[in-house]
Parts: sequence; C-alpha cells; structure tokens
Amino acid sequence: MSAVSQDTAVKTSRVAQVFIYLTLVLFALFYLLPLYVMLTNSLKPLSEITGGDMMSLPRALTFEPWLSAWATAQVGVSPTGLRPYFLNSILMVVPAVAISTVMGALNGYILTKWRFRGDTLLFGLMLFSCFIPFQIVLIPMARMLGLMGIAGTTQGLVLVHVVYGIGFSTLYFRNYYASFPTELVRAAMIDGAGFFRIFWRIMLPVSGPIAVVTIIWQFTNIWNDFLFGASFAGLNAMPMTVALNNLVNSSTGVREYNVHFAGAIMAALPTLLVYIVAGRFFVRGLMAGSVKG
Amino acid sequence: MGFLDISHVSKAYGAVQVLHEVDISVEEGEFIVLVGPSGCGKSTLMNMIAGLEPITKGDISIRGRVMNGVHPSKRNIAMVFQSYALYPNMTVAQNMTFGLEMHGVPKPERERLLADVAKLLQIDHLLERKPGALSGGQRQRVAMGRALVRNPDVFLFDEPLSNLDAKLRVDMRTEIKKLHQNLGTTIVYVTHDQIEALTLSTRIAVMNKGYIQQLGTPKEIYDTPANLFVATFMGSPAMNIIPATVRVEDGAPYAEITDARGHLQSLKFSQANMAEWNGKEIMLGIRPEAITDIDGADRKSQNIQRFSNIVTVTEPAGSDTFVTMTVSGRDVVARMRADASVAARDSFEFAVNMDKAVAFDPKTEARIR
Repeated sequence: MSAVSQDTAVKTSRVAQVFIYLTLVLFALFYLLPLYVMLTNSLKPLSEITGGDMMSLPRALTFEPWLSAWATAQVGVSPTGLRPYFLNSILMVVPAVAISTVMGALNGYILTKWRFRGDTLLFGLMLFSCFIPFQIVLIPMARMLGLMGIAGTTQGLVLVHVVYGIGFSTLYFRNYYASFPTELVRAAMIDGAGFFRIFWRIMLPVSGPIAVVTIIWQFTNIWNDFLFGASFAGLNAMPMTVALNNLVNSSTGVREYNVHFAGAIMAALPTLLVYIVAGRFFVRGLMAGSVKG
Repeated sequence: MGFLDISHVSKAYGAVQVLHEVDISVEEGEFIVLVGPSGCGKSTLMNMIAGLEPITKGDISIRGRVMNGVHPSKRNIAMVFQSYALYPNMTVAQNMTFGLEMHGVPKPERERLLADVAKLLQIDHLLERKPGALSGGQRQRVAMGRALVRNPDVFLFDEPLSNLDAKLRVDMRTEIKKLHQNLGTTIVYVTHDQIEALTLSTRIAVMNKGYIQQLGTPKEIYDTPANLFVATFMGSPAMNIIPATVRVEDGAPYAEITDARGHLQSLKFSQANMAEWNGKEIMLGIRPEAITDIDGADRKSQNIQRFSNIVTVTEPAGSDTFVTMTVSGRDVVARMRADASVAARDSFEFAVNMDKAVAFDPKTEARIR
C-alpha cells in the first residue's frame, strides 16, 4: 500500500486531451471567421474587395468605410449614415429594457411572495406570451398602436417590446425569487416594512445576477429585433436593424461592401459590448437557483 | 385575562381544519413552549400570533388588545425564525436596527439600543460583518438580537435551534434560558424537540393533529401525562406502555403483566382508585428511570415492586445503561446506573417504582385519574 492508486480518479489520456483542444480551437476559428471577414473588409478600400481578395488582410488600411457608414452613407432617401438610427435604437432599447426588467422583478416578487388565488394560472398565461410568434400579433398590435395614437413612434416600439418582454422577465425573476426564503419577507413584515420597502431593501439588493440576465436577454432581443422595427417604426423612429437593411439595399451605383460591413459591425457592437461587460454574471445568473448555495 | 390570550382559535385551509378551538392564556414573563410532531399545527398557531396568517375563528389578544387583523408590525412582537432570516445584504448592525428604522426610531436612539443588545449578546465585535460571514451560533445570536432591540411585548421563537449542531444547540438552549431569566420577557417558543420543551419552558402545550393535548408545567407533563400521546411523545427514551389487567387482591389493586418467559407477575398500584378497574384491561405507563436494579431504586418511593425478567439487550450509554426486556409482548426499556451488573440473556431482578406509574384507558387513551 505504498503507492496510492489513481485508477479510480477520472483522468483523460494525453491523446484525448489534444483531440479535445484541437476540436475546440477549430470550432472557435470557424465561428470567428465571419467576424474576421467583416472586420478586415470594413477596413479595406472597395477596390480591394471587388478585386476578389475577400480573405486577405487589408493592404491599404482605411477608416473611410466606417466614417461613411456612420455619417454619410445613403440610407433610404437621405444620405445621413446610420447615426440617427443608432440614436433611435438607443432611445427605444433603454426604456424598453428598463421598464420590462422592473415590471418583471415586481411580477416575480408578487407571484412568489404575495401569493394569491389563481397566481399560478396567471403566471402560466404570462408564460404563454413567450411562445406566441411575433407575426401573429402584427396586425392587432398595429391597430392598438393606432388607437393609442403612438403608431410609428419610438414610444410605440417601446410599448411593443415591453409587452413582449414581460413574459420572459417575469419568468426569470419568478424562478429566481422562488428560491429566495419567504421567512426573510416575513421577518421584514414583522420589522414593519411594507410592500415596496421589502422589495427595495430586501429583494432588489440580492437580485443582481438575475437582473443582469434579464437585461442582457432583453437588450439583445430588442436591439436585434427587425420585424417590429420594420412594421411599426415610422421614418423618424426607425431602429438600427431596419436602417442597416436600408443601407444595404440603397443602391447608388456600386455596392459598397466595405461600408456595409462597417455598418453591420456597428449594429452588432452594442450587444457584443453588453455580453463582454456583463457576460460573467450571465452564466452565474443562469445557474443561480439551479443549485442550492 | 392573561398577557397573551389565545381563545377558541381555529384555523382551516378550505375544508381542512388544522387547528381546533385552541385555548391558551399566557401570563407576563412566561416561557410557553408549543411542542408536537410536524404537522400538529404549532407553527400555524405561532404564525397566527405573529399575524402572518389570518385567524379563521376565535381571538388572539396581547395586553388585552385583540390582534385579529392587526398588521404584524403593529402587534409589538418580534420573531426569531428557524433559518434566522437575516437580511443577506445588510450588516449585522443594519439587520438588528432595520425594525427600529422602519418604526421611525431616531438614529442616536437606535445606536444606543443596538450597543446595549450587542453587548448583552456578546456580538459587539460582529456588527460590521455580513450574515454570510458568521457561524451558525453567531447568526443565531444576531437573530435574537434583532428581536431584542425592539423590546417587544412577546417574543416568538420558531424552532430557533434546529439548524445548529448538537453541541451548539445545548449551549444556545442554556443561553436562551439565561436570557429569559435575566430579562423576564414573555416568550412563545415552537419546537418539535421534547427535550427543549422540558428544559426551557415554564409551561408546555403539547399539540397533536391540531388539538392541544395537554397544557401544563414540565413536571405535570412528564409525571402525569394526560393521554397516551403525551406520555409517549415527551421523554427520551419514551415512556414504556405495557398492556396489563387490573386485579384486586385483599382490597389492593394490582397490575398483572407477563414476563418474557410467559409467567404472570403482578405489580401493586399506588393509586387505590385503580380498584374500580378490577378485571379490566388497561395500559400501564412506566418511565424507563422508574425501572431500575434494586440498589438503584428511589429511596423516597413508598411503593417499590420487584419484578424478575430476562434481559434482552443492554446498551451502555456512559452515564446510564439502558436495558431492554420483553413484557406482555412489548419491548420495555429500563434505565440503570452505569455500574449495575446486568448481562444480556440473564434473568434479573428489577425494582419498579409504582409511585411513578400511570395507567391509561385503552379505549379513550386518556390517563385514568
């Protein structure tokens, strides 16, 4: 019994390890390829691309396509670049994310800590909204927006996204709060805290991970949405995704691939940023509640 | 009219009745323990005192003021929860003063009260920590501190020790008892642990299936249990319940039981009124410590009966040795001194202290008085 046997421990052989890492690296490269193409081509003069050299690094580095996509490119009828639409998207996404997250948190709090008759049914119905395809609601939603007098406006888009987002944000917060000990709420009640005070002082401070998950989820969905933007946004409320489409489709003779690539990266950048900044919490939040801590 | 009055309180969830006409009157400074197996309604009753659950029927009043429908925070009560329920995002100091803050107590006052209680509970060095950085015993103290700073009329403890390990539980038990002795506060304490109930309380309410089975001092509950449930629930090891027949001989009642060999033996009752049960079946209840070796028998007892039987198993437990035997077809445990010379499978002469024996009606399960 001098040497302790390691046979029982899980151990992969060196060959298997090399194989695993090789596969992972290959897949990573494969997934990075589109980004590489977009990035390199957005920094080339158009002539290099039309010369048929899509895969090579830029020979003459230029930021002209980026400046053009941002400020001067032809989008639809006006040569404004993507700048105003970027602003539209921000004006839409920030309130929509904020409102749907706050409402989701409140809903989750009520559905778990202030139970009432029929609350599970209500929650089930709210969940249902997660599974309704966007296309089905287009026409009724257009009618509703019209009746409310906010058709074609950013407020209208915010409303649409909030309505659609509440289902998901409620689901996230409800499941998170379900594992939150009810005794804490009772203790706070005895201490004399009311409905909002408990929410604000007891629940919200520990909701960080799930709030991050909800914000990332909502931000990506709303920012990347094309259908609602294309259907409900007027000229002055058009979000980035729709504008990008218009940029690519607005022909002024030659197709400026480098400008299109730059515009596409711009449209993808905010969601990428959100993932990079908050990504660590994303995984942590998704795991929260699944394992008892 | 007591300090805390629970009168004819019932609780029902739909058609399910979980508490039936509970009546408890608590005097100021009393330490009442509600004890019973899980599902007996003790926690429900406590939640109703706290105002966390509505009362279906009956009244609960504190200091003569009916509390039905009054918000928990306005009842001047404080509660210590099983999980301690410390706010994880706040420091110990913030945890303890949260209630005061909610009640609009000014900051200097809050700090003074906090300092007093922290000193009393010896947690002054922990005030800036978060609950996550505390040990189980420290959390327990903080939870009690949070209740103490409020200086409430009634303290409610909901199984506060059940999350602690065995040693700490005993320490904290003593701690709580000291606290009660020093402060003289009124405490209602819920537990399923009968030892906690016996050691801590001034009075115990034993509950089962939504009924109060018996309300009395620990001694009353232990020595004269009202029925079979109380007899077997309180005490460890449990009271021996032996089927027996009553037989009167020369005017004195005897309990006739069968030993392991199948021979009839009789034990004379101390209670003369058992003669009324002549010829009838009863359940004889004898605590393990009332069955000993002859030298170890209680000298103050007026009625020691001898009884010989074959020993099935001996279990030395350090301070005592538990001896198991078969009587009337049931396992019976005797509690011996550690140095009593008993061996398994041997015949042994036991001394039974019949002064401490009780008898139960096998039909109603109530104690025969």
